[in-house]
Amino acid sequence: MSPALGLAAVAVVVVAAILIGAFGLRLSRTTSDFYVASRTVSPLWNASAIGGEYLSAASFLGIAGLILAYGADMLWLPVGWTGGYLVLLVLVSAPLRRSGAYTLPDFAEARLESMAVRRMASVLVVLIGWFYLMPQFQSAGLVLRMVTGAPPWAGGVLVAVVVAVNVLSGGMRSITFVQAFQYWLKLTALAVPLVFLLFAWYGQGRPDLGGDAPPVFAERTAVAVGTDVTVRVLAPVEVTVTGEVDGRRLRDAPLTLTPGEHRVRHDTTVTFPAGAPVPHMDDLPVLNDQQWLLPLQGREHPLYTTYSLILATFLGTMGLPHVLVRFYTNPDGRAARRTTLVVLSLLGAFYLMPAVYGALGRLYTPELLMTGRTDAVVLSLPGRLVGGTAGEWLTALVIAGAFAAFLSTSSGLAVSVAGVIGQDILRGGVPSFRAATLLAVAVPLGLAMAARSLSVADVVGLAFAVAASSFCPLLVLGIWWRRLTTTGAMAGLVAGGGLASAAVIAVIVGGPYTGWTGALLAQPAAWTVPIAFVVMIAVSLFTPGRVPRGVARTMVRLHAPEALNVDRGDWRPRST
Amino acid sequence: MTRTPERPRREVVTSPRTTAARRPRYPATMEIDEQTRLGEVYMRSLVRTQFRLGLFVCTVLGCVVGGLPLLFLLVPHLRDLRVAGLPLPWVVLAGLIYPAFVVGAWLYVRQAERNERHFSDLVERQ
Repeated sequence: MSPALGLAAVAVVVVAAILIGAFGLRLSRTTSDFYVASRTVSPLWNASAIGGEYLSAASFLGIAGLILAYGADMLWLPVGWTGGYLVLLVLVSAPLRRSGAYTLPDFAEARLESMAVRRMASVLVVLIGWFYLMPQFQSAGLVLRMVTGAPPWAGGVLVAVVVAVNVLSGGMRSITFVQAFQYWLKLTALAVPLVFLLFAWYGQGRPDLGGDAPPVFAERTAVAVGTDVTVRVLAPVEVTVTGEVDGRRLRDAPLTLTPGEHRVRHDTTVTFPAGAPVPHMDDLPVLNDQQWLLPLQGREHPLYTTYSLILATFLGTMGLPHVLVRFYTNPDGRAARRTTLVVLSLLGAFYLMPAVYGALGRLYTPELLMTGRTDAVVLSLPGRLVGGTAGEWLTALVIAGAFAAFLSTSSGLAVSVAGVIGQDILRGGVPSFRAATLLAVAVPLGLAMAARSLSVADVVGLAFAVAASSFCPLLVLGIWWRRLTTTGAMAGLVAGGGLASAAVIAVIVGGPYTGWTGALLAQPAAWTVPIAFVVMIAVSLFTPGRVPRGVARTMVRLHAPEALNVDRGDWRPRST
Repeated sequence: MTRTPERPRREVVTSPRTTAARRPRYPATMEIDEQTRLGEVYMRSLVRTQFRLGLFVCTVLGCVVGGLPLLFLLVPHLRDLRVAGLPLPWVVLAGLIYPAFVVGAWLYVRQAERNERHFSDLVERQ
C-alpha cells in the first residue's frame, strides 16, 4: 500500500470533519445548542447521524475480523447491533423523547426524582463511554501504523485531538452534520471496494470455502509480524525468516518450523511457501473451513457465548449514552419512532457487508490469523485482491472510511461523556463543558496505551454488556413499571453495572482467561442482566414507600401523545 | 260559575332541554390533569396497550433470535443445508434477518401510532 495515498485519505477525512464542524459553529451559540442542537435537526439528518455515530471501528473493521477468526457465530454481532434498535424502538424511543431529558442521568432524575440515582447514572455513563472510546483509539493506532508505520499511540492521539477540537469548536449541532456525512462515507467506503473484490473473486473462478482443512497460503507469502506473538504450527514447514523466532536472530535465513508453539518477535518477516497451512496465533482457534462455516463451533462454550452476546447487544443498544442523546434532537415522540425505523434500514444495509469481507478474508488474507491482527482484514483485502493503482485507491477509500468510523463514534461519545461530566461533576455551562471534553478524551486515550491489545469488537461488546446490565433495566422498568422505587433503581444499577464493569476491567487488565471463567467474564451479560432486573424489581417491591411522589404525572409525560393538551408536569432538564 | 277541579296546566314543550339534564362537558384530559380515578384509568389503559404491543414484538423477536441457536444445535441438519450455494445460517444471519427487522419495526410503528390516535380520540371526544 502506498503510504502517501493512505496519509492523504486520513488527511482528507480529518480536514473534512473539522471544516464541517466549523460550518456548524456559526449555527450553535447557546448552551442548549451545545447539548442537543436545539432539537431542530430533521429526521433524515438525524437517522444518518445516528447511523454515522453508531458504526464505530468495531463495525467497520472489527466484525469482519472476528468473522474471519471465529466464523459463523460472530454473525450474531451485527445482528444484535441492528436488532438492538428494534428493542429500543418498541420499549424506549418515544417515551424517552417525551420525557424531555437530555441525557440518561436527566432521565434518571426526572423519573425517580432523586439526585443520588442521577449521580449513579452519571458515573455509569462515563464508564461506558470510556470503555467504548478505548478500543476506538487502539484501532486508530493499528490503522495509522499499517498506513505509515507510525508507532501505535500516534493514531489514537491524532483521533483524540481531532475529536476534542471538533467537540470544543461546535458542540453537538456541528456533530450532527459531521455524523450524517460520516454514515454515507462509511457505507461508500465499504460498498465500492466490495464490488471490486467480488468482481475479482468472480474472475478467479469463484473459489469456495468448505474444505475440511484449516486455511493454507494460496501462494508464497511473506508475513510481516507487527507485535510479539506466539503461534501454533500444525505441520513442519520450511520458511525463510528475517528477524527473531524462538530467540534466534536470523537474516533472510531458511528455518524449519516444527509442529508446536513458536515465539515470533515483533518486526519479523516470515516467508511461507505456497500450500503451507497457516500457523494460528495461540489465542485463536484452529478451525477447518467446514467448522468455520457452521454456527456453534468457534469459541469455548459456544451456546452460552452466543446467548450472552445476543442479550448484551439487543439490550445494550438502548443504554449507550451517545445513541440516546440523538433521540432528544427529534421534535417529538412520533418522530423519534420514525427516526428509529430509518436507522434500522440504514444499519441493515451496512451490516450486509462485513460478513462478506470476513469470508473473503478467510480465502485471501489468512496470514492475519498468524499475526493476530484480524481487525486489519478490511484494510488488507483491496490491495491483495485488486492490486495496482485501483487497489491503492480502494485501500485509501477504506482507510478514509475507517478514520470516519473512529472520528464519528469518538466524537459522539466524547460529547455525551463530556456533557455528563460537565453537568454533574463540574459546575455546568460552557466552560465546564470544555474542561470536561478534555477529561472525556484523555482518560480512554491513556487506557488505550496501557491496556493489552484486544479485538476492537470484543471490547465494544463489553461496553454493551455494561449498558445492558445497568441502563436497560432502569429504562424499561422506569418507563413501564410504576412501582419502581428510588432504592430499587440504585440497588439494580449497583448490582448490574458494578458486576458487569468488574468483569470488563478483569478482561482488559488481566487475562486471557480460559474455560468457564473465561466465557463468563468475556460475555458477562447472560448473568449480569438477569441479576440487575431481579435486584431492581425485588428491592422495589420491598421498599414500596420509596415510589417517587410524582410518578402519575411522569407517566402522563412519558406516554401521552404530544398533540394532547394535558399537564405534563414542570420538570426541566438541568442542562440549559 | 262552578270551579272546575284544579287540573294541571297544560304546557307546550317547545324544545327538549336535554342538555340541562346532563353534567357540563368535562373532557377526559381534565380528569388526567387532576389525577382523578377516571384519569388514572385512562392513562393505565394507554400504557397497558402500548406495553402489550411492545411485549408482543419483543416476544416474537425473542422467539426468532433466541430460537435460532437452539435450532442449529438441536437440528444439525439445518446447519449443512445450502440455499443458493450458501449455508443456511449465513443466508439467515447475514441477509434475511435485516429486512425482517425493518418490516417488524414498520408494523410496530404503524400500530403504536394507531393506538395513540385511538387514545387521543377517546379522551378528547366532545
